[in-house]
Amino acid sequence: MSIKIDHISKRFGGFQALDDVCLEVPTGSLLALLGPSGSGKTTLLRIIAGLETADSGKILYDEIDVTNKPPRQRNVGFVFQSYALFRHMSVYENVAFGLKVRRSPRAEIRPRVMDLLKMVRLDGLEKRMPGQLSGGQRQRVALARALAVNPKMLLLDEPFGALDAKVRVELRQWIRKLHDEIHITTVFVTHDQEEAFEVADQVVVMNKGKIEQAGAPQAVFDAPATPFVMDFLGNVNVFQGRVEGGKIVLGGMQLAYSGSHVDGTQATGYIRPHELDIDHVASARSSLKARVTQVNAAGSVAKIRVVAEEFGLALNIDISPDRYAELQLKRGDEVYVSPKNIRVFSPDDYVI
Amino acid sequence: MPPDARPKSTGGGSHVASRLAQQDPAFVRWLLILACVAVMGLLVVLPVVAVFAEAFREGFATYWANITEPDTIHSIGLTLFVAPIVVVVNVIFGLAAAWAISRFQFRGRTILTTMIDLPFAVSAVVVGLAFMLLFGQQGLLGPWLKSLGIEVAFNVTAIILVTTFVTLPFVARELIPVMEAIGSDEEVAAVSLGANGWQIFWRITLPNIKWGLLYGVILCNARAMGEYGAAAVVSGRIEGKTQTMPLRIEYLEQSFNSPAAFAVASLLTLLAIGTLVLKVWVERLTRQEIQEAARAADTGGAH
Repeated sequence: MSIKIDHISKRFGGFQALDDVCLEVPTGSLLALLGPSGSGKTTLLRIIAGLETADSGKILYDEIDVTNKPPRQRNVGFVFQSYALFRHMSVYENVAFGLKVRRSPRAEIRPRVMDLLKMVRLDGLEKRMPGQLSGGQRQRVALARALAVNPKMLLLDEPFGALDAKVRVELRQWIRKLHDEIHITTVFVTHDQEEAFEVADQVVVMNKGKIEQAGAPQAVFDAPATPFVMDFLGNVNVFQGRVEGGKIVLGGMQLAYSGSHVDGTQATGYIRPHELDIDHVASARSSLKARVTQVNAAGSVAKIRVVAEEFGLALNIDISPDRYAELQLKRGDEVYVSPKNIRVFSPDDYVI
Repeated sequence: MPPDARPKSTGGGSHVASRLAQQDPAFVRWLLILACVAVMGLLVVLPVVAVFAEAFREGFATYWANITEPDTIHSIGLTLFVAPIVVVVNVIFGLAAAWAISRFQFRGRTILTTMIDLPFAVSAVVVGLAFMLLFGQQGLLGPWLKSLGIEVAFNVTAIILVTTFVTLPFVARELIPVMEAIGSDEEVAAVSLGANGWQIFWRITLPNIKWGLLYGVILCNARAMGEYGAAAVVSGRIEGKTQTMPLRIEYLEQSFNSPAAFAVASLLTLLAIGTLVLKVWVERLTRQEIQEAARAADTGGAH
C-alpha cells in the first residue's frame, strides 16, 4: 500500500512539531525518517498510524483519504520504541492479541502465531513473559505482534534505539532481509544516519518539522541539499569564506566548487574528512599549510586532526591506513592539506 | 543521634565500615525499638485485647446473646450493606479520576488532584454538618428534594452519601501512582492492534492495576465500616433503622450496656484485623506491580 502525506501540520502548544509536510511513500518501499530529536519524525509516524491527529492536511492510503479514520480501521502494524509489550501476557498472548480483539476464528489464531514466532526466530519461547526476554527478543515479539494482523504497512518508531550495538546491527540486517521477503510498505524513524543509510531504500531527512531532503541513500549522501543535511550526516569540516570569481576564498586558499554564487557572497564551505588529502609537500592543487595535532590510527581509517594556525581552523581528516603508513605522520608535523571535493552554501540558498 | 556517638570504623574492610557508619550504637537502637513497642503495646495492642476481654467477661453465652440481639444484627447487616455500595462507588470514581489524572493533561488537573485529598483533611463531623446544611429539612436543597419525594436526611441514603465522601480518596490515591508508573504505552499499542476501549480496559489496563485497585478497595472498605463521625450526624441514629455498627457500639455504651457494646466492638475489630492481614498481602503485590513497571521502563525505551 502506498502512503501519501498531504500538507500535514501539527502544533503542540507553542511548539510546531510538523510544518506543512508533504511526502509520498511508494508501495513496498522501505523508508527511513531521519532527524534529530524534536524534528517531528515520530509525530509524523504517529499521524500516519492514526495515533495522533494532524491540525491540518490529509493522509491517504492508496489514494483513499484516511485522515479521520481511527487506527483500528487503518490496518497498520506499529512497533513502539519502548516495544510496549503487554507485561502480564506471555509471548504467545502478546502476538495473538490483535487477532483475538479482531475476533479471528479460534482455529486460525494458533497456527498464525506459531508461524510468526518461527519467522522472528522465537519459536519455543511462546510461554515466556516479556520480563524474561532480552531486548532483541522483545523487539522481535513487538514485530511479530504488529505483523500478526496482516497489516498493509509497518511503522517502526526508533526500532533499534534501545539495543546494544551488536544486536542492533544484527537486527537491522535482519529487518532488511525480512522486508525483501515480505515486501510490506515500511516506514521507520531513526536518529542514526548509519542505520537509515544501511537499511532504507529511501531516506527522508527532517529538521524542525520540515523535510530537508528526500531521496535514495546514495543520492542524499553524495549531494546533501542543505547545510543541515550536510551537518547531520555527520562528521564534516565547516568553514566560513567568501565567493570570488566562482571560487570560495579562505585566506590564501582559493577553492573551485560546483555551483555558482555572486561575487562577494559570504558562504560556508563543507568538506568531509575523507575528502581531504594530506601531504608533506604542497601539491599542485590549492593547499593549506597546517600542523598535525592529533593522530588516531586505530580503526579502518586513520583519523588525523590538524590545525591551520594562520586561520585558526581545525580540520578532521580521514586517510587510509596505507596512506598513513606511507606518510609516517606524527604530532607536530607540518603538512599541506588539499580538498578533493567541497560543497558551498550561502545563506541565500536556503531561505525559506 | 549525638554527633560524638558515631561508631568507629573497626577497619574490617570498607564494606563493613560503610555498613557500620549507617548504624546507630546498640543502646540507641534498643531504646528506639523499646519505645515503639511500648507505645504500640499501650495504645494499640492493650485496647484491642481489652475489647475482647471485656466482650467475653460474662462468658460466651452472654456474648452470643449480645451479638444476636435483633437491633445489633440489624446494625451488622446495615454496615455490611453500606460498605460494599460505598466501595463500588469509590471504585468507579477512583478509576475515572486516576484515568483522567494519569492519562490527560488538562486545565485544573492539579486542582483535581488536591480536591481528591480534601476528604482526608476535613473532619468527619464537619462533613456531616455540611451535609445536613445542604440536605437537611431546613437545608438548602432539602425542601426541594422533599418536594420531589426524595429524602436524604436521617436515613440509609444519608449514611451512604457521607461515607462515600469520607472514603473518596482511597481508591483514586492508590491508582494514580500505579497508573502513572505503568504509563499508556500498552494501551496505545492495543489501540494500534485494533482493540476498542472496552477491550483495552478489561484486557490491558485492569490486569496491570489489579493489585493497586484491590489495595484501595481494602482500605476504603475498612474506613467505610468504621465510619462514625459523619454518620453520627446525618443518620439520626435510629435503633433498628439507621444504626451502623460503630453507632450501635456508641449507643449501647451510652445505655450502660457495656458487655454488649464490647461484643459488637469485638466483631468490628475482627473485621479490621482481617482487613489488615489482607492489606499486608496485597501491599506486597502492589509494590511488585510498580517495580515491574519501573523495570520495564528501564529496559524499554532508553530515549
